[in-house]
Parts: sequence; C-alpha cells; structure tokens
Amino acid sequence: MNRLEGFFSEWVIKRRVIVILLSVIIVGVTGSGLRHLGFDDDYRAFFNEHNPELIAFNEIENTYTKSDNVFIVIAPKTGDVFAPKVLGLIEEMTQDAWQMPYSRRVDSLQNFQNTYAEEDDLIVEDLYEEANDLSTVDIKRIKEVAQTDPLLSKRMVSEDGRVTAINIVLEYPKLDSGKELKEVVAMTRQLIKDYEAKYPEVGFYVTGVSFLNTSFVEAGESDVMTLVPISFVLMLVFMYFLLKSPSAVFGVMMVIIFSDVVALGMAGHIGIQLSPASVPSTQMIMVLAVANSIHILVSFIFSMEHKMPQRKALSESIRLNLQPIFLTSVTTMIGFLGMNFSEVPPFNDLGNIVAMGVLASLCFSLTFLPALMSYLPVKVTYQEDADVEKLAKLSTFVIKNQNPILVIMVGIVLVSGYLTTLNRAEELFVKYFDETIEFRTDTDFATGTLGGLYQLVYSVPAEGKGGISEPEYLENLDKFAQWLKQLPETINVYVLTDTMRRLNKNMHGDDPAFYTLPESREMAAQYLLLYEMSLPYGLDLNNQVNVDKSATRVFVTMNEVSNVELLNYEVRIQSWLEANVPASMQTPGTGPLMMFAHIAEKNINGMLKGSILALFLISIILIFALRSLKIGIISLAPNLVPVVIGFGLWGLIYSEVNMALAIVVSMTLGIVVDDTVHFLSKYLRAKREKGYSTERAITYAYTHVGKALVVSSIVLTVGFLVLMMSPFALNSDMATLTTWIISIALFVDFLLLPVLLLKFDKDEK
Amino acid sequence: MKKLMLLVLLLSTAVAFAQTPEEKGLEIAVEADKRDQGFADSSSKMTMTLKNANNDVSIRKMRSKTLEVQGDGDKGLTIFDQPADIKGTAFLSFTHVLDADDQWLYLPALKRVKRISSKNKSGPFMGSEFAFEDLSSREVEKYGYLYIKDEAVDGEDAFVIEVRPNYKYSGYTRSVVWISKEKYQPLKIVYYDRKNSLLKTMSVSGYKQYLGQYWRPDVMVMTNHQTKKETQLDFTDYKFKTGLSDRDFNKSSLKRAR
Repeated sequence: MNRLEGFFSEWVIKRRVIVILLSVIIVGVTGSGLRHLGFDDDYRAFFNEHNPELIAFNEIENTYTKSDNVFIVIAPKTGDVFAPKVLGLIEEMTQDAWQMPYSRRVDSLQNFQNTYAEEDDLIVEDLYEEANDLSTVDIKRIKEVAQTDPLLSKRMVSEDGRVTAINIVLEYPKLDSGKELKEVVAMTRQLIKDYEAKYPEVGFYVTGVSFLNTSFVEAGESDVMTLVPISFVLMLVFMYFLLKSPSAVFGVMMVIIFSDVVALGMAGHIGIQLSPASVPSTQMIMVLAVANSIHILVSFIFSMEHKMPQRKALSESIRLNLQPIFLTSVTTMIGFLGMNFSEVPPFNDLGNIVAMGVLASLCFSLTFLPALMSYLPVKVTYQEDADVEKLAKLSTFVIKNQNPILVIMVGIVLVSGYLTTLNRAEELFVKYFDETIEFRTDTDFATGTLGGLYQLVYSVPAEGKGGISEPEYLENLDKFAQWLKQLPETINVYVLTDTMRRLNKNMHGDDPAFYTLPESREMAAQYLLLYEMSLPYGLDLNNQVNVDKSATRVFVTMNEVSNVELLNYEVRIQSWLEANVPASMQTPGTGPLMMFAHIAEKNINGMLKGSILALFLISIILIFALRSLKIGIISLAPNLVPVVIGFGLWGLIYSEVNMALAIVVSMTLGIVVDDTVHFLSKYLRAKREKGYSTERAITYAYTHVGKALVVSSIVLTVGFLVLMMSPFALNSDMATLTTWIISIALFVDFLLLPVLLLKFDKDEK
Repeated sequence: MKKLMLLVLLLSTAVAFAQTPEEKGLEIAVEADKRDQGFADSSSKMTMTLKNANNDVSIRKMRSKTLEVQGDGDKGLTIFDQPADIKGTAFLSFTHVLDADDQWLYLPALKRVKRISSKNKSGPFMGSEFAFEDLSSREVEKYGYLYIKDEAVDGEDAFVIEVRPNYKYSGYTRSVVWISKEKYQPLKIVYYDRKNSLLKTMSVSGYKQYLGQYWRPDVMVMTNHQTKKETQLDFTDYKFKTGLSDRDFNKSSLKRAR
C-alpha cells in the first residue's frame, strides 16, 4: 500500500501533461451528455413505474377523460359572482378558455348544462347565455340553480356565492411535453393578465395539475439560476480566505466545475431527467468536491510553508491524502447510493448523480488538481497557527471533564431519542412550495374558498357492460355518495347519481317528488342516452362514465387535510364500502393526493433499509480500514448520535417529516463519517506508530485534524445553508436538517468520541 | 400588336379564374346534393364499434330510416337495438335548413315521447367519436365552402374543399372534405375543433351504387387524434324507395317503431 501510494503520487506529477489532457478529455466526453439533460415536467416523476397507486391512477386516466387541468378561481371583490358584470366575465372567459391549446373540456357556471322540463319537452342548455341581457328574474334563477344543485354548489361556485371557477381539462399529445406545458402556462398567464387589466375589481387565482407541474419545473429552474451560482461564489470566497492563494482557488474551481460537469453529463447520458428534488446534486457535488480538494491543498500549502519545493510538496500531499480521501469518498458514495432505496425516483437520481460527482471529485482532486497546481504560481508566507493552542486546551478540558460530558451527552441522546417520536410523516405536495411561489398562495386560496387540489377519485365498477344503469348499482353508488357528503372533511361529491336524479325529475315534468333514482335499468340507460345526445362538444359524460358504461368515477373534494388524516379518511371509506356495498363495487381511492400520501410511508421504509445497509457497509469499511473491531464499533456512536439528535430537534421544532427528510439519514451518515475517519486515523497513528497513551493520542488527533474538521464542517454547513433558501420545501427542509446534523457531528466528534475512546479504549496496563 | 396580345392574355386569364374558390366549392356541394336527390326514402342497419386507447371494445346496433324532404332538411328515424337496455328507444329528427332541428326521443321504459330542445349537435353520439352533426343530413345552406385543390384518396380522384359551419353551436371551426369526382360523396373528412386544432379524421370506404344512382358506403371509421379513440360504423341492408311517408316519421310512429 505504501509503495503504491508513493508510486502513484510521483507518477501524477511526473506525467502531469498526460494527467491534465486525460482529465480534459474525460470531462469533454462525459460532459457531452449535458445536452440530454432536461427537467421532468410531470409530478408523476415522483413515483416509479412499479408504484401501485400510480398504475391504478394511470388506468383511470386512460379509461376516463384525463385529469390534467388548469383551474382558475374567479373572486370578485364585491363578493358576488352573480353580478351581471361577473356573469359576463365568466361567459367571456369560458369562450376564451376553449382556445387554450390542448383543451378538451371547459366547465364553468355559464356552460353548465342545465336541464329542465316544459310539458313533454326536455330542455338542455347552457345555464345562461348573453349575460348582458339577463333580467333580475334570470339572475335569481341562475343563483338558485348554482346554490342548490350538487353538480355546481361547492364545486363550481362557493356556498356563499363569493367565488366561482373555470376548469379547463387538457389532453396533452405528449410529443414534446415540456413545450406543450409551457404553451398552456404562457397562454393561461396571458389570459389572466388580460382579464386583470379589463376587470381590476376581480381577483384571479390559478391552480390545477398543469400549474403544479410547471411549479416543479420553475422551482428547479429557480434553484439552478440563483442558489447554484450563490453556492459556487461562496465556496470560492471561502476557499480564498482559507488558502489565501488565487492559484489554489482556481484549482478548486476547476475541480468543482469538472466534477459537476462529469456527474451531470453522465446523468444526461444515462437518461436521467432532473426534477427540483435532484437539482441540489449540483450544490452537493460542489461542497463535497471542495471538501476533497481542501485536504490536498492544505497539506500542499503546509509543506510549501515548510520550505518544500512545489512539486515535491504536491507529491507528498497526494501520498498523505490518498488513503483518507479515498476512504471518505467511498463512505460518502455509499451514503448517497443508499438513496436508491427511496421509493421516489428523483431521490434515486439525486443519490446517483452525487455519487458520480464524488467519484469524479475523488479522481480529479488526486490527479488533475495537483497536476494543475504544479504549473501555477503559489506563494506562501509561514504563519504560526494560533488555533492549535486552542485545540490543545479543548483536548485538556475534555479529558478532565470526561464523566460529566459523557453523562450530558447520554442525556441529550436519550431526550433526542424520545423527541424523534414526535415526528410524523407529512406529504402535502402543495406545501412543497413556500409562499413566495404563486402556485402555493393561489392553491391555498382555492382550497380555502372552493376546494382545489385536495381531491380523491374513486372509479366504482359495476357488473358488466352497461352495468352502471342497474338500480342496485345506482342505489349503492348513491348511498356511498350520501355517506361521503356527510363526512366533516368533505366539501363536495361529484357523482353520476345526482345527474340521474335530476334527469328523472325532468322526465316527470320537474316534479320534485321524482328527484329519485330511476327504477329500472332500461330507464336509467335510456335517460343517459337521451342526456348524452343533448350534450355539446367537450361536455360529454366521459369524465364520469367509461365507454362501455361499466364503471363511474366519483370525485370527492375535501378540506385541506394532512397526510395522516387522509389515510384515516381512506381507511374509514374502505371499511364503510366493505360493510355496505357488494364486493364488486369496492375500489381504492386514487389521485395525486392519495399517491403522495401513500408514498410517504413506503419511502420511509425503503430509506430505513437503505440507511441500515449504508451504516452496515460503512462500519465494515471502517473496521477494515482502521484495522480494529473495537474502534469500528466505537465509531458507530459519533456516526449515529448526530442523526438522532438532528431528528429529535426536528421533532421538537417542526415535527412534520416529508419524503426528503427520509433520505437525510443515509446521506449524512456518508458525510459525517468523514470527520470520524479523520479523527480516528490520526488517533490510531499516534497510538500505533508513536506509541502514545490514549490521552496523548487524543490531544494529537485534536491538534492535527481539529482545524481541518472545523473547516470542512463549515464548508458543508455553508453549502447546505444556501440550499435552505430554496423555495422548494423538499430541498430547504432537507438542507436544514442536514446542516444541523453536520454541525452536531462536529461537536460529537470533539466531545463524545474522545470520551468514548477514554472509556473503552483504555491503555493496556 | 403587342398591346393587343397582352390584353388577350389578361382576358383569358380572367376568364379562367372567373370562378372563385368559394364559388367552385359551393358548386361541388350543390352538385353533390343534386346527385343525391330523388331517392325518396332509404333505410339501413348500422353497427357501431367503439374502441378506446386501451383497446377496450364496445358495440352498439341501430337501424335508421330517412325520408327525403323537398325544400327542407330530411327527416330521420333511428331505432336502437343494442345494448339491450336501450332496445326500442327511437329517435326522430327533422333537420331544417335555417332553424334548429326538431328532435324527439321515445323512451320505452317511460313509454313516452320526449321532445328534446337542445341546440347541441356537437356532443358524442352514443359515446362514440361521431358527433350527431357528423351523421345528420348535410344541407348545403348550413355551410360555407372553399375549394382548395384536387387530390386523390387511395387512387380515387377527389376535390378537396374546406367546409365551415354557419351555425354557432357546431363543435368545429371547419372541416376539410375530400369529395370523389366520380361519386360526389366524401371519401375522407378531417375535422378541426373550436380552437382550430386537428381533432378527428373520418375515412369512408366500400361505396356501392344503388338504383343506378345513389352511392352509399359500407364503412366509416372515425379516429380521434386527441384522445386516440376510434369508432367504426358498418352499414348493411341498404334499401331505397320502400314507400315510407310522413306518417312513418311522426311522434306516434316513434312508439310503433320497433
């Protein structure tokens, strides 16, 4: 091993031209994949192809009209949507909405297909037309229908009549989905702008699946445009303060750029599409590349300060750092590769991209960086390092107070362990975006007034083709809908039986006594035939009924509910279905909301496995690298304790855990273990090679790696602090917790690890 | 002399182009209408096969009768046979050139005839990709025409004309129709939705001539490009001049129609 290190470290400097050329070629070849890299513009990217909820949902999407939509909430400041001017606006906007690219269906108060009887005539028509000519009687009639009919009330118009909505259903051809989505979003925004100018007294709020998708893309793009450059500049500034050498900063900059280009280029080559949740890979690679480069440069500058010639100093730095950098990079990669156990594809991507980046930065900081540095002018002025003195004092303090420190640390760990139980899985995709993003505030408004994205979908099967007309089926469906309606969480239930009741009443001369379900299968089927023949383009029943009439779709709009509440709601629904309807009609709830609710738990379970495996592998590596089972086992504590304290703190302060936090364990394990490796390898060297006592070896470790640990922890913390500014909660929450854990890890390595060594690695007498 | 030549040239060009594309389009439509006149009445059986993007298939069967009306739109009667739960339901329509069509439906389950008052003819017919307006009789005056070019469809020479509905409630901004030069019947129609995006294509095939004059197809296939759904309509048992009269096309005949 020593001979290999010696050979390698000299070869890199001797063959520096080849090393640099080869590096540039590798970067060029892999970097060519960057052109394939784009953003995934579908929230379904958060689910893998085997996800049962996604499969069920796609099945429903293929059976009925698609649910991709733009949902525009119209809120006149006068608080009355039935004012003639507002009715006119709705009519105008309904017309304009049909011009939306890829629109398949437009629903509004205006084009609601109102049915009524006039003697033996059935009249099917828009709820109103030519809003300017409406009389007060007409408006009264419109108001009455809108506030009594369950097909409109609390769905298209709020109960208090203060807000209404236009729902535009889209069918994207998916030939160039990015371009298609952009067209729709651009057109919607233009539409809203025009209407805001024309109707300043009306507020418009836009939500819906298309805007959810675009918000994911825009959140990712905004992180790339703002946070990535900020991180980059901060890293360079920080490096300058630390190394005080422009050449060294230039070297680090090249390593950062090369590592990022290789990792993202490879991602492009293997067909990864970025999502806002995998964008942080860019910054993580930056931070980890800096951490690798620091070790090479600090040793190099140290040797130069001690009058070693530049090239010799570089070789020496490679020789000294080869093993620790290799070891810490491998453990870091294991931590990130552990993310492959996540149920959420963007996190698999994040882990894999960063792992590739770490591998690249490992190679570049051991080869390209020193080779490049050998050409650059480096001036050093030797200064006495005052910090060593402080670290020595800290060492004395810890050794002296080992018992109280141990007690306090154990206490903290126990309390934290308890606090971690306060955490609960929470997956509300609306809340992934903070209030600076319009989608979030608009959706919150829609939810608060009318109900927006909080929707569950049930496709209720009937027996055989045409089976939905069977009286028994309709009765059970109606029972289901009535039961759903009285649940406190429910705002509206959109169900075929309401249309059926209405038609039955119409067919009996609008006699309210016949607001009941049709009594025979033939009757129901014939009503549907009649009704379908009278509907205009785009307003057909396919959003509720499948083609062979063997199933209907029920939409349940809910109040804002948490993950846990939603799953409880679904449990109640399922047990009700089991007890009250035939087995053939039992069906699970689906929809984006449900998919996100289910993924939380799956993701946590997956990441639990991934994290345990990562911990196991890392511990094995440590045991072999440090050549001591005992030390390897002791090292578990400083690796795990920061995670426990971090999650305990989270439970105390926030308590809501989203899918991004599940990946933090594996990721931070890989990162914080670096501190432990550096501390323990110095400690063991002092014991084994220099024959120091445990106490003296601890002081040796403090004074020799203490500063490097502080510096690398600061770099990591600063890097993740920038990420905390992301408006995307999956990123900012993950960064917050990671920042905590990395900072805590430094304290644990400085306080707990030495104490454990003093207690369990006593000098042999 | 040169001036005279130029004048002759200009004049002859003007004569050649005297017919505007609008006029030529209208001429073709009028000719098509003329050639189909005089059949008095006709009837046929129809089988509708619906297919969605998942390739699920659903079948509907019906019979239709048409009575030719001079000076106004035709009268039509459609009796549904399948699926079983709508068997015996019958639909009567009087198409009009200028006014909204009159429509009645007999519901055997209710044993009543209901008049449907709806301006809508653009919705899906029995859940298929055909809209009611695609199947009802095409009165010349209901559309504006524009001749585009000549183009063959599967080797059959055809005029290509653009047809724009004159009525507000159509589901289309326009359609492009390939009309056979031989038969003066459509071979293919491409429909554009209200935002003028490509919506559907109808291919018509298996034309046969009846009574030595009237061409009728065996198959119409409507493909929706936006939803990837498809409906095939097969016609059989064409009959002409079977002696139907107004009495067979009124409210009371609806109940009798089985």
